[in-house]
Amino acid sequence: MREEDTTSRRQFLGLAGGAAMLGAVPVVTLRPAEATPAMLATAIRNVVGAAVVRTGRVKLDVPPLVENGNTVPMTVSVSSPMTSDDYVKSIHVFNEKNPQPNIGNFYLGHHAGRAQISTRIRLADSQKIVAIAHLSDGSFWSVSADVVVTLAACTDEVI
Amino acid sequence: MASALINVPKTAKRGEIIEIKTLMSHIMETGYRRTAEGEIVSRDIITSFTCRFNGAEIFRADLFPAIAANPFITFFTVAAESGKFEFEWIGDKGFAETASASISVE
Repeated sequence: MREEDTTSRRQFLGLAGGAAMLGAVPVVTLRPAEATPAMLATAIRNVVGAAVVRTGRVKLDVPPLVENGNTVPMTVSVSSPMTSDDYVKSIHVFNEKNPQPNIGNFYLGHHAGRAQISTRIRLADSQKIVAIAHLSDGSFWSVSADVVVTLAACTDEVI
Repeated sequence: MASALINVPKTAKRGEIIEIKTLMSHIMETGYRRTAEGEIVSRDIITSFTCRFNGAEIFRADLFPAIAANPFITFFTVAAESGKFEFEWIGDKGFAETASASISVE
């Protein structure tokens, strides 16, 4: 008796799983195009070209856990002397899972004094954020941070 | 009516690094949301923000739908001389706003 129960439960779960899979396919196709890690890589390539992106020197401050993805405070700072021959030209921020891989491009100069910018961003899902700094010597430096979002900035939201 | 909030120190010592905070009220409609009828709400965002000091560009940003509503942007600059900061926001549907702030450097 007991054994029979287990079997039927297993069968039921198998069927339910299959149904969920079938159900998931149209849902995915209905959603707006979502940025994929490949799109993230392409967006980064568009900015850096063929240059090598090294890790370090950039600091990305975002809360590791956010309740509301509609407005997430973010600060990017780069360790640089910010002199006329060694400064940060630009800071580029990307995401992995919003509909678009770009978040913002920020262009500074040596007159900025401090290579640091802050803004508030939207996150459609828990994901990885990448910040890349372009230095005056042509080198690129990057850092990434993972953010868990409990209430996403809804792209599917009905208004 | 769009409105801007700018925070720039009124005075600074020569060579001091000052922080500039800007906020522009704007919906930043992503273009990915739908109405109850299923129609996509067309994109309406600020695409570009520029700050000039005495006519020379000191900071510029390209914005995307991933920037939250009412874009808040802060950055730094070295106070080299007295003058005027001019801020400009440009966006979809002909959006264009400007603001300015003066600083006196001792």
